[in-house]
Amino acid sequence: MLRQLRMLGQRGLTTLGTLGRAGQVLALSIFVPPGRDFGSLLMRQIYSVGVLSLVIIVLSAFSIGAVIGLQFYTQLVRFGAQSSVGVGLAIVVTRELGPVVTALLFAGRAGSSLAAEIGLMKTTEQLSSMEMMGVDPLRRVVQPRLWAGFIAMPILSLVFCVVAIFGGTLVTVDWLGADSGTYWAGMRDTILFERDILRGVWKTLVFGLVVTWIAVFQGYDAEPTAAGISAATTRTVVYGSVAVLVLDFLLTLVMYGDIG
Amino acid sequence: MRMRTIEIAVGAFMLAGILALVFLAFRVSGFAFNQQGKTYHVTARFKDIGGLTLRAKVSMSGVTIGRVTGMRVDTTAGQAIVDMALDYDAGHVSSDAGAKIVTEGLLGGKFISIVPGAEDSYLKEGSVIQDTQGALILEDLIGQFLKSMGK
Repeated sequence: MLRQLRMLGQRGLTTLGTLGRAGQVLALSIFVPPGRDFGSLLMRQIYSVGVLSLVIIVLSAFSIGAVIGLQFYTQLVRFGAQSSVGVGLAIVVTRELGPVVTALLFAGRAGSSLAAEIGLMKTTEQLSSMEMMGVDPLRRVVQPRLWAGFIAMPILSLVFCVVAIFGGTLVTVDWLGADSGTYWAGMRDTILFERDILRGVWKTLVFGLVVTWIAVFQGYDAEPTAAGISAATTRTVVYGSVAVLVLDFLLTLVMYGDIG
Repeated sequence: MRMRTIEIAVGAFMLAGILALVFLAFRVSGFAFNQQGKTYHVTARFKDIGGLTLRAKVSMSGVTIGRVTGMRVDTTAGQAIVDMALDYDAGHVSSDAGAKIVTEGLLGGKFISIVPGAEDSYLKEGSVIQDTQGALILEDLIGQFLKSMGK
Protein backbone atom coordinates (compact mmCIF):
# COMPACT_ATOMS: atom_id res chain seq x y z
CA MET A 1 0.00 0.00 0.00
CA LEU A 2 2.67 2.45 1.08
CA ARG A 3 4.85 1.40 -1.83
CA GLN A 4 2.12 2.13 -4.33
CA LEU A 5 1.52 5.50 -2.73
CA ARG A 6 5.21 6.23 -2.99
CA MET A 7 5.23 5.23 -6.67
CA LEU A 8 2.30 7.53 -7.32
CA GLY A 9 4.21 10.31 -5.62
CA GLN A 10 7.28 9.64 -7.72
CA ARG A 11 5.20 9.68 -10.88
CA GLY A 12 3.64 12.98 -9.90
CA LEU A 13 6.97 14.56 -9.11
CA THR A 14 8.49 13.38 -12.41
CA THR A 15 5.55 14.75 -14.38
CA LEU A 16 5.69 18.07 -12.56
CA GLY A 17 9.44 18.22 -13.12
CA THR A 18 9.01 17.62 -16.85
CA LEU A 19 6.30 20.25 -17.11
CA GLY A 20 8.51 22.67 -15.22
CA ARG A 21 11.48 22.08 -17.53
CA ALA A 22 9.23 22.42 -20.58
CA GLY A 23 7.91 25.73 -19.26
CA GLN A 24 11.47 26.85 -18.55
CA VAL A 25 12.60 26.06 -22.11
CA LEU A 26 9.62 27.95 -23.54
CA ALA A 27 9.98 30.96 -21.26
CA LEU A 28 13.73 31.23 -21.73
CA SER A 29 13.48 30.89 -25.52
CA ILE A 30 10.85 33.60 -25.70
CA PHE A 31 12.32 36.06 -23.24
CA VAL A 32 16.05 35.61 -23.90
CA PRO A 33 17.07 38.53 -26.14
CA PRO A 34 17.97 37.14 -29.57
CA GLY A 35 21.64 37.03 -30.53
CA ARG A 36 23.25 38.85 -33.45
CA ASP A 37 22.97 35.95 -35.90
CA PHE A 38 19.31 35.28 -34.97
CA GLY A 39 18.14 36.44 -38.39
CA SER A 40 20.17 33.95 -40.41
CA LEU A 41 19.47 31.10 -37.97
CA LEU A 42 15.74 31.84 -38.16
CA MET A 43 15.91 31.97 -41.95
CA ARG A 44 17.52 28.52 -42.08
CA GLN A 45 14.90 27.08 -39.74
CA ILE A 46 11.95 28.59 -41.60
CA TYR A 47 13.42 27.01 -44.69
CA SER A 48 13.69 23.56 -43.12
CA VAL A 49 10.34 23.48 -41.25
CA GLY A 50 8.32 25.65 -43.64
CA VAL A 51 9.53 25.55 -47.21
CA LEU A 52 10.42 21.86 -47.08
CA SER A 53 6.95 21.03 -45.65
CA LEU A 54 5.20 22.72 -48.56
CA VAL A 55 5.10 19.67 -50.81
CA ILE A 56 3.34 17.40 -48.33
CA ILE A 57 0.95 20.23 -47.37
CA VAL A 58 0.00 20.98 -50.98
CA LEU A 59 -0.49 17.31 -51.90
CA SER A 60 -2.61 16.60 -48.81
CA ALA A 61 -4.62 19.79 -49.19
CA PHE A 62 -5.47 19.07 -52.78
CA SER A 63 -6.63 15.53 -52.04
CA ILE A 64 -8.63 16.56 -48.97
CA GLY A 65 -10.32 19.45 -50.79
CA ALA A 66 -11.13 17.24 -53.75
CA VAL A 67 -12.59 14.46 -51.63
CA ILE A 68 -14.70 16.84 -49.53
CA GLY A 69 -16.02 18.46 -52.68
CA LEU A 70 -16.86 15.06 -54.14
CA GLN A 71 -18.64 13.81 -51.02
CA PHE A 72 -20.55 17.04 -50.43
CA TYR A 73 -21.62 17.23 -54.03
CA THR A 74 -22.83 13.64 -54.35
CA GLN A 75 -24.88 13.94 -51.14
CA LEU A 76 -26.21 17.47 -51.60
CA VAL A 77 -27.21 16.91 -55.22
CA ARG A 78 -29.90 14.51 -53.98
CA PHE A 79 -31.65 17.43 -52.29
CA GLY A 80 -30.98 19.79 -55.14
CA ALA A 81 -28.72 21.79 -52.84
CA GLN A 82 -25.55 21.71 -54.94
CA SER A 83 -25.23 25.45 -54.45
CA SER A 84 -24.20 24.80 -50.86
CA VAL A 85 -21.14 22.79 -51.85
CA GLY A 86 -18.85 25.81 -52.02
CA VAL A 87 -20.06 27.18 -48.69
CA GLY A 88 -19.70 23.84 -46.94
CA LEU A 89 -16.25 23.26 -48.34
CA ALA A 90 -15.02 26.74 -47.47
CA ILE A 91 -16.38 26.59 -43.91
CA VAL A 92 -14.95 23.14 -43.22
CA VAL A 93 -11.58 24.02 -44.68
CA THR A 94 -11.02 27.51 -43.26
CA ARG A 95 -12.41 26.80 -39.80
CA GLU A 96 -11.25 23.30 -39.05
CA LEU A 97 -9.38 21.20 -41.57
CA GLY A 98 -6.92 23.85 -42.68
CA PRO A 99 -5.50 24.56 -39.24
CA VAL A 100 -5.89 21.05 -37.80
CA VAL A 101 -4.62 18.91 -40.68
CA THR A 102 -1.74 21.32 -41.28
CA ALA A 103 -0.80 21.07 -37.62
CA LEU A 104 -0.97 17.27 -37.67
CA LEU A 105 1.17 17.07 -40.79
CA PHE A 106 3.49 19.66 -39.32
CA ALA A 107 3.91 17.57 -36.17
CA GLY A 108 4.74 14.54 -38.27
CA ARG A 109 6.96 16.21 -40.84
CA ALA A 110 8.70 19.07 -39.04
CA GLY A 111 8.14 18.26 -35.37
CA SER A 112 9.70 14.82 -35.52
CA SER A 113 12.73 16.10 -37.40
CA LEU A 114 13.20 18.94 -34.90
CA ALA A 115 13.07 16.53 -31.98
CA ALA A 116 15.45 14.05 -33.64
CA GLU A 117 17.88 16.81 -34.61
CA ILE A 118 18.07 18.36 -31.17
CA GLY A 119 18.10 14.93 -29.53
CA LEU A 120 21.06 13.88 -31.64
CA MET A 121 22.86 17.14 -30.85
CA LYS A 122 22.43 16.30 -27.20
CA THR A 123 23.52 12.67 -27.64
CA THR A 124 26.67 13.66 -29.52
CA GLU A 125 27.32 16.27 -26.83
CA GLN A 126 27.13 19.19 -29.22
CA LEU A 127 24.85 21.00 -26.80
CA SER A 128 27.27 20.65 -23.89
CA SER A 129 30.20 21.65 -26.11
CA MET A 130 28.30 24.82 -27.01
CA GLU A 131 27.81 25.53 -23.33
CA MET A 132 31.53 25.06 -22.73
CA MET A 133 32.34 27.49 -25.52
CA GLY A 134 30.07 29.98 -23.86
CA VAL A 135 27.28 29.70 -26.43
CA ASP A 136 23.82 29.34 -24.95
CA PRO A 137 22.22 26.33 -26.70
CA LEU A 138 18.76 27.69 -25.89
CA ARG A 139 19.55 30.85 -27.78
CA ARG A 140 21.50 29.17 -30.57
CA VAL A 141 19.41 26.01 -31.14
CA VAL A 142 16.01 26.18 -29.49
CA GLN A 143 14.99 29.82 -29.91
CA PRO A 144 15.22 30.07 -33.74
CA ARG A 145 13.42 26.73 -34.15
CA LEU A 146 10.57 27.77 -31.88
CA TRP A 147 10.05 31.04 -33.72
CA ALA A 148 10.38 29.35 -37.10
CA GLY A 149 7.55 26.95 -36.24
CA PHE A 150 5.42 29.81 -34.93
CA ILE A 151 5.91 31.76 -38.17
CA ALA A 152 5.77 28.91 -40.69
CA MET A 153 2.62 27.22 -39.35
CA PRO A 154 0.07 29.97 -40.26
CA ILE A 155 1.59 30.35 -43.73
CA LEU A 156 1.39 26.60 -44.34
CA SER A 157 -2.21 26.58 -43.14
CA LEU A 158 -3.20 29.49 -45.43
CA VAL A 159 -1.61 27.70 -48.37
CA PHE A 160 -3.47 24.55 -47.32
CA CYS A 161 -6.82 26.37 -47.33
CA VAL A 162 -6.28 27.86 -50.78
CA VAL A 163 -5.11 24.59 -52.32
CA ALA A 164 -7.96 22.64 -50.71
CA ILE A 165 -10.56 25.09 -52.02
CA PHE A 166 -8.88 24.90 -55.41
CA GLY A 167 -9.03 21.08 -55.32
CA GLY A 168 -12.69 21.16 -54.32
CA THR A 169 -13.50 23.63 -57.08
CA LEU A 170 -11.72 21.50 -59.64
CA VAL A 171 -13.78 18.44 -58.71
CA THR A 172 -17.20 20.02 -58.22
CA VAL A 173 -17.23 22.87 -60.73
CA ASP A 174 -14.92 21.69 -63.49
CA TRP A 175 -15.51 17.97 -63.31
CA LEU A 176 -18.97 17.32 -61.85
CA GLY A 177 -20.42 20.47 -63.35
CA ALA A 178 -21.70 22.44 -60.36
CA ASP A 179 -22.63 26.01 -61.28
CA SER A 180 -19.56 28.15 -60.80
CA GLY A 181 -21.57 31.32 -60.18
CA THR A 182 -23.55 30.04 -57.19
CA TYR A 183 -20.46 28.20 -55.97
CA TRP A 184 -18.35 31.34 -55.54
CA ALA A 185 -21.22 33.66 -54.68
CA GLY A 186 -22.46 31.30 -51.98
CA MET A 187 -18.98 31.19 -50.54
CA ARG A 188 -18.60 34.96 -50.54
CA ASP A 189 -22.04 35.49 -49.00
CA THR A 190 -21.46 33.15 -46.09
CA ILE A 191 -17.77 33.26 -45.25
CA LEU A 192 -16.74 36.22 -43.13
CA PHE A 193 -13.12 37.32 -43.11
CA GLU A 194 -12.98 37.96 -39.39
CA ARG A 195 -15.18 35.10 -38.22
CA ASP A 196 -13.89 32.30 -40.42
CA ILE A 197 -10.48 33.11 -41.84
CA LEU A 198 -8.85 35.16 -39.09
CA ARG A 199 -10.04 32.74 -36.41
CA GLY A 200 -8.45 29.93 -38.41
CA VAL A 201 -5.21 31.91 -38.35
CA TRP A 202 -5.43 32.39 -34.55
CA LYS A 203 -5.80 28.63 -34.23
CA THR A 204 -2.72 27.98 -36.33
CA LEU A 205 -0.66 30.38 -34.21
CA VAL A 206 -1.58 28.40 -31.11
CA PHE A 207 -0.94 25.06 -32.84
CA GLY A 208 2.35 26.24 -34.30
CA LEU A 209 3.63 27.33 -30.90
CA VAL A 210 2.45 24.21 -29.08
CA VAL A 211 3.66 21.67 -31.65
CA THR A 212 7.10 23.28 -32.00
CA TRP A 213 7.36 23.69 -28.25
CA ILE A 214 6.64 19.99 -27.71
CA ALA A 215 9.13 19.06 -30.46
CA VAL A 216 12.05 21.17 -29.24
CA PHE A 217 11.44 20.26 -25.64
CA GLN A 218 11.27 16.53 -26.36
CA GLY A 219 14.55 16.81 -28.26
CA TYR A 220 16.17 18.98 -25.59
CA ASP A 221 14.99 16.71 -22.78
CA ALA A 222 15.67 13.41 -24.59
CA GLU A 223 17.67 10.70 -22.93
CA PRO A 224 21.07 10.87 -24.71
CA THR A 225 20.88 7.40 -26.26
CA ALA A 226 19.62 6.00 -29.57
CA ALA A 227 16.52 4.67 -27.81
CA GLY A 228 16.07 8.06 -26.15
CA ILE A 229 15.97 9.86 -29.49
CA SER A 230 13.51 7.38 -30.90
CA ALA A 231 11.27 7.80 -27.83
CA ALA A 232 11.54 11.58 -28.15
CA THR A 233 10.42 11.64 -31.81
CA THR A 234 7.56 9.26 -31.06
CA ARG A 235 6.43 11.37 -28.11
CA THR A 236 6.66 14.51 -30.22
CA VAL A 237 4.26 13.15 -32.83
CA VAL A 238 1.89 11.55 -30.31
CA TYR A 239 1.75 14.44 -27.83
CA GLY A 240 1.75 16.99 -30.63
CA SER A 241 -1.18 15.40 -32.46
CA VAL A 242 -3.24 14.87 -29.31
CA ALA A 243 -2.51 18.40 -28.12
CA VAL A 244 -3.63 19.80 -31.48
CA LEU A 245 -6.91 17.89 -31.47
CA VAL A 246 -7.75 18.72 -27.85
CA LEU A 247 -6.78 22.38 -28.26
CA ASP A 248 -8.81 22.56 -31.46
CA PHE A 249 -11.91 21.41 -29.61
CA LEU A 250 -11.34 23.92 -26.81
CA LEU A 251 -10.60 26.79 -29.21
CA THR A 252 -13.63 25.95 -31.34
CA LEU A 253 -15.77 25.89 -28.21
CA VAL A 254 -14.53 29.34 -27.22
CA MET A 255 -14.66 30.82 -30.74
CA TYR A 256 -17.85 29.33 -32.14
CA GLY A 257 -19.63 28.04 -29.04
CA ASP A 258 -22.09 30.94 -28.93
CA ILE A 259 -22.91 31.32 -32.62
CA GLY A 260 -24.54 28.93 -35.03
CA MET B 1 22.88 24.90 -49.15
CA ARG B 2 23.89 28.48 -49.88
CA MET B 3 22.38 31.22 -47.77
CA ARG B 4 21.19 33.10 -50.85
CA THR B 5 19.06 30.20 -52.08
CA ILE B 6 17.58 29.74 -48.62
CA GLU B 7 16.71 33.42 -48.36
CA ILE B 8 15.02 33.41 -51.76
CA ALA B 9 13.06 30.27 -50.89
CA VAL B 10 11.93 31.73 -47.57
CA GLY B 11 10.96 34.97 -49.29
CA ALA B 12 8.86 33.08 -51.81
CA PHE B 13 7.32 31.08 -48.97
CA MET B 14 6.30 34.25 -47.11
CA LEU B 15 4.93 35.72 -50.33
CA ALA B 16 2.87 32.55 -50.90
CA GLY B 17 1.42 32.99 -47.41
CA ILE B 18 0.46 36.61 -48.07
CA LEU B 19 -1.05 35.76 -51.46
CA ALA B 20 -3.04 32.93 -49.86
CA LEU B 21 -4.42 35.34 -47.26
CA VAL B 22 -5.35 37.84 -49.97
CA PHE B 23 -7.08 35.12 -51.99
CA LEU B 24 -9.03 33.92 -48.95
CA ALA B 25 -9.98 37.48 -48.05
CA PHE B 26 -11.24 38.66 -51.42
CA ARG B 27 -12.23 35.56 -53.33
CA VAL B 28 -13.61 33.38 -50.54
CA SER B 29 -14.89 35.78 -47.90
CA GLY B 30 -15.87 38.75 -50.06
CA PHE B 31 -13.93 41.10 -47.81
CA ALA B 32 -14.03 44.65 -49.18
CA PHE B 33 -12.55 47.94 -48.06
CA ASN B 34 -14.67 51.02 -47.20
CA GLN B 35 -17.88 49.23 -47.97
CA GLN B 36 -19.69 51.82 -45.84
CA GLY B 37 -19.07 54.61 -48.34
CA LYS B 38 -21.10 52.99 -51.08
CA THR B 39 -24.19 51.98 -49.12
CA TYR B 40 -27.07 53.62 -47.30
CA HIS B 41 -29.02 52.16 -44.41
CA VAL B 42 -32.74 51.58 -44.14
CA THR B 43 -34.78 49.73 -41.56
CA ALA B 44 -37.97 47.72 -41.67
CA ARG B 45 -40.23 46.25 -38.99
CA PHE B 46 -41.44 42.70 -39.39
CA LYS B 47 -43.86 40.64 -37.37
CA ASP B 48 -41.61 37.61 -37.61
CA ILE B 49 -38.25 37.23 -39.33
CA GLY B 50 -38.08 33.43 -39.15
CA GLY B 51 -34.55 32.27 -39.78
CA LEU B 52 -33.15 35.46 -41.32
CA THR B 53 -29.40 35.72 -40.74
CA LEU B 54 -26.83 38.51 -40.70
CA ARG B 55 -25.46 39.31 -44.16
CA ALA B 56 -28.48 37.68 -45.78
CA LYS B 57 -29.06 39.28 -49.15
CA VAL B 58 -31.60 41.98 -49.91
CA SER B 59 -32.80 41.65 -53.45
CA MET B 60 -35.19 43.21 -55.91
CA SER B 61 -36.54 41.10 -58.77
CA GLY B 62 -33.90 38.52 -57.93
CA VAL B 63 -30.91 40.87 -58.17
CA THR B 64 -28.94 41.44 -54.97
CA ILE B 65 -28.97 45.14 -54.03
CA GLY B 66 -27.86 44.98 -50.40
CA ARG B 67 -27.27 43.05 -47.19
CA VAL B 68 -28.90 42.63 -43.80
CA THR B 69 -26.62 44.36 -41.31
CA GLY B 70 -28.48 43.98 -38.04
CA MET B 71 -31.51 42.53 -36.31
CA ARG B 72 -33.12 43.74 -33.09
CA VAL B 73 -36.42 43.17 -31.37
CA ASP B 74 -38.85 45.79 -30.14
CA THR B 75 -40.18 43.97 -27.10
CA THR B 76 -43.07 46.37 -26.45
CA ALA B 77 -44.47 46.13 -29.97
CA GLY B 78 -43.42 42.52 -30.41
CA GLN B 79 -41.78 43.28 -33.71
CA ALA B 80 -38.40 42.58 -35.20
CA ILE B 81 -36.42 45.53 -36.55
CA VAL B 82 -34.10 44.68 -39.42
CA ASP B 83 -31.29 46.99 -40.55
CA MET B 84 -30.26 46.78 -44.17
CA ALA B 85 -27.44 48.34 -46.14
CA LEU B 86 -28.42 49.00 -49.76
CA ASP B 87 -25.92 49.71 -52.53
CA TYR B 88 -25.96 53.15 -54.10
CA ASP B 89 -24.83 51.55 -57.34
CA ALA B 90 -28.05 49.57 -57.60
CA GLY B 91 -30.02 52.76 -58.25
CA HIS B 92 -32.92 54.42 -56.42
CA VAL B 93 -35.70 52.57 -54.66
CA SER B 94 -39.12 54.20 -54.31
CA SER B 95 -39.98 55.31 -50.80
CA ASP B 96 -43.19 53.28 -50.80
CA ALA B 97 -41.39 50.05 -51.69
CA GLY B 98 -42.34 47.02 -49.64
CA ALA B 99 -40.16 44.36 -48.07
CA LYS B 100 -40.96 40.72 -47.53
CA ILE B 101 -38.97 37.81 -46.17
CA VAL B 102 -38.84 34.90 -48.56
CA THR B 103 -37.07 31.57 -48.72
CA GLU B 104 -34.58 30.62 -51.36
CA GLY B 105 -35.79 27.31 -52.79
CA LEU B 106 -37.55 24.83 -50.55
CA LEU B 107 -34.86 24.47 -47.92
CA GLY B 108 -32.61 27.44 -48.67
CA GLY B 109 -31.79 30.41 -46.49
CA LYS B 110 -34.12 33.36 -45.90
CA PHE B 111 -33.58 36.67 -47.64
CA ILE B 112 -35.42 39.97 -48.04
CA SER B 113 -37.15 40.73 -51.27
CA ILE B 114 -37.91 44.39 -52.01
CA VAL B 115 -41.18 44.96 -53.84
CA PRO B 116 -40.95 48.06 -56.06
CA GLY B 117 -43.18 51.03 -55.26
CA ALA B 118 -44.64 53.81 -57.40
CA GLU B 119 -43.68 57.00 -55.53
CA ASP B 120 -41.35 59.54 -57.11
CA SER B 121 -39.43 60.06 -53.86
CA TYR B 122 -36.71 57.57 -52.96
CA LEU B 123 -35.48 55.68 -49.92
CA LYS B 124 -32.48 57.36 -48.35
CA GLU B 125 -30.16 56.93 -45.36
CA GLY B 126 -32.29 56.18 -42.31
CA SER B 127 -35.57 55.59 -44.17
CA VAL B 128 -38.06 53.10 -42.83
CA ILE B 129 -39.82 50.67 -45.12
CA GLN B 130 -43.50 50.70 -44.13
CA ASP B 131 -45.09 47.92 -46.10
CA THR B 132 -43.63 44.65 -44.79
CA GLN B 133 -44.51 41.02 -44.78
CA GLY B 134 -42.80 38.66 -42.35
CA ALA B 135 -41.51 35.17 -42.90
CA LEU B 136 -43.94 32.38 -43.57
CA ILE B 137 -43.48 29.86 -40.81
CA LEU B 138 -44.15 26.35 -42.07
CA GLU B 139 -45.33 25.12 -38.65
CA ASP B 140 -47.92 27.93 -38.39
CA LEU B 141 -49.22 27.12 -41.87
CA ILE B 142 -49.59 23.46 -40.98
CA GLY B 143 -51.29 24.44 -37.72
CA GLN B 144 -53.81 26.66 -39.55
CA PHE B 145 -54.42 23.94 -42.09
CA LEU B 146 -55.14 21.35 -39.40
CA LYS B 147 -57.46 23.79 -37.59
CA SER B 148 -59.46 24.49 -40.73
CA MET B 149 -59.66 20.74 -41.40
CA GLY B 150 -61.21 20.26 -37.95
CA LYS B 151 -64.06 22.69 -38.59
